[in-house]
Amino acid sequence: MTFKQMFTSSVGKKLVMAFTGIFLVLFLVVHAGLNACIWAMDGGITFNKAAHFMGSFIVPRILEIGLFLGIFLHIIQGYMITLENRSKRKIGYEVNYSKGSKWYSRSMAILGTILLMFFIIHWKHFWIPSRITGVEEMDLGNGFVVHNLYAVMQDTFQNQWVVLFYVISCIALAYHLAHGFQSAFKTIGVHNKRYHLMISSIGYGFAIIIPLAFAMMPISFYLHWVN
Amino acid sequence: MSQNTMNLKVKVWRQKNANTAGAFVTYDVAGISDEMSFLEMMDILNERLITEGGDPVAFDHDCREGICGMCSMYINGKPHGPWQANTTCQLHMRAFKDGETIVIEPWRANSFPIVKDLTVDRSAFDRIIQAGGYISVNTGNAVDGNSLPIEKQNADDAFAAAMCIGCGACVAACKNSSAMLFLSAKVSHLALLPQGAPERKSRVLNMVAQMDKEGFGSCTNTGACEATCPKEISIANIARLNKEYLGASLSAE
Repeated sequence: MTFKQMFTSSVGKKLVMAFTGIFLVLFLVVHAGLNACIWAMDGGITFNKAAHFMGSFIVPRILEIGLFLGIFLHIIQGYMITLENRSKRKIGYEVNYSKGSKWYSRSMAILGTILLMFFIIHWKHFWIPSRITGVEEMDLGNGFVVHNLYAVMQDTFQNQWVVLFYVISCIALAYHLAHGFQSAFKTIGVHNKRYHLMISSIGYGFAIIIPLAFAMMPISFYLHWVN
Repeated sequence: MSQNTMNLKVKVWRQKNANTAGAFVTYDVAGISDEMSFLEMMDILNERLITEGGDPVAFDHDCREGICGMCSMYINGKPHGPWQANTTCQLHMRAFKDGETIVIEPWRANSFPIVKDLTVDRSAFDRIIQAGGYISVNTGNAVDGNSLPIEKQNADDAFAAAMCIGCGACVAACKNSSAMLFLSAKVSHLALLPQGAPERKSRVLNMVAQMDKEGFGSCTNTGACEATCPKEISIANIARLNKEYLGASLSAE
């Protein structure tokens, strides 16, 4: 048995989704934690320092490569599994069976597509200006100059449509996580009832808290809760 | 208790064979007692079709007591009809109302090709079993059943998994046409018992490989299979199968 055989079987393909999914869940914790620095109420100094650390220190930069690999693997594999699974029933039903499962469990590809559209716009808003096209600088004294990403956020989130799109994307993320979090652990083999109950409870909590924290960020800027 | 009779319409999928296109045909069935079983209602319809010189509706059935796994039928958008933990043969007409139209479809999956009307070829399941759903035993006298100590919880879980009758409702219910609930029941049943230990690793690898070869989809843990299973096979078995597969594929040469 080769690793190729292992990861290309129907169970192995799901293992790829689960491992990359759990990695992306961990990334969300880091991302939400760092972004929460906007609520330090110091005009963005703490946030810009945190963003500078992530952008200049070697460890997060290496992890970033892993993050991009993880995201692309998750997206490509997700679409391939979805298309393959759809092809397994050439003639569909007259009456669909919808009572036995949650709508969001059946709609992971659609929710994922909303998230993909979000990522493209989100990268354009922040990652590309920060890394490639350049942003306004902030002088923190003693020659310590950092990107003023806080100002970019302030500026971006004055547009109500952008704020609305971010909030909708956070709702899509919430439902994607509500299924994905516990499903990933089932896929890697957690069948013990005690652990499963614990994981699904944490999963639902995670699916509410993290997207809510993210959604509050554009709202905070739009409503001038932070300056 | 007095019985009620009702008049119904049944909208049935009719298809001559695997190579021809099928279509729905609606029949009126009158004077159906609510104490009849669903299959008796189908028998009455077929008797009438035969009397009229028509072609009776082909459907699978055998024991008619909910244990053989032969009956199928996707009734009003759910495998085995509206009741929970129930096979089509144990479904009774009191589940329906007078004047109702009942939509009856075959199991839909590429891996279950239609033989005729509501009968599908489920031999893919037999080939999955042949790939590893067995144990090795020594020849000679049968070993006394109590000679092998088995922990009570494992015995109970193995028995619950062994309840699977292989009807294919899980595949029919799954949006991915995945056979994972069936496969996980068979793998769990043997993995939990000492008798299944010798082939434990090769079993899960070979059975997953055969399932993929048969063209079933992959599991996305939606839970539709568990909700419709007539034997209430737990979806926890799928997580156990995943663990078995991960362990076996990592340690295989």
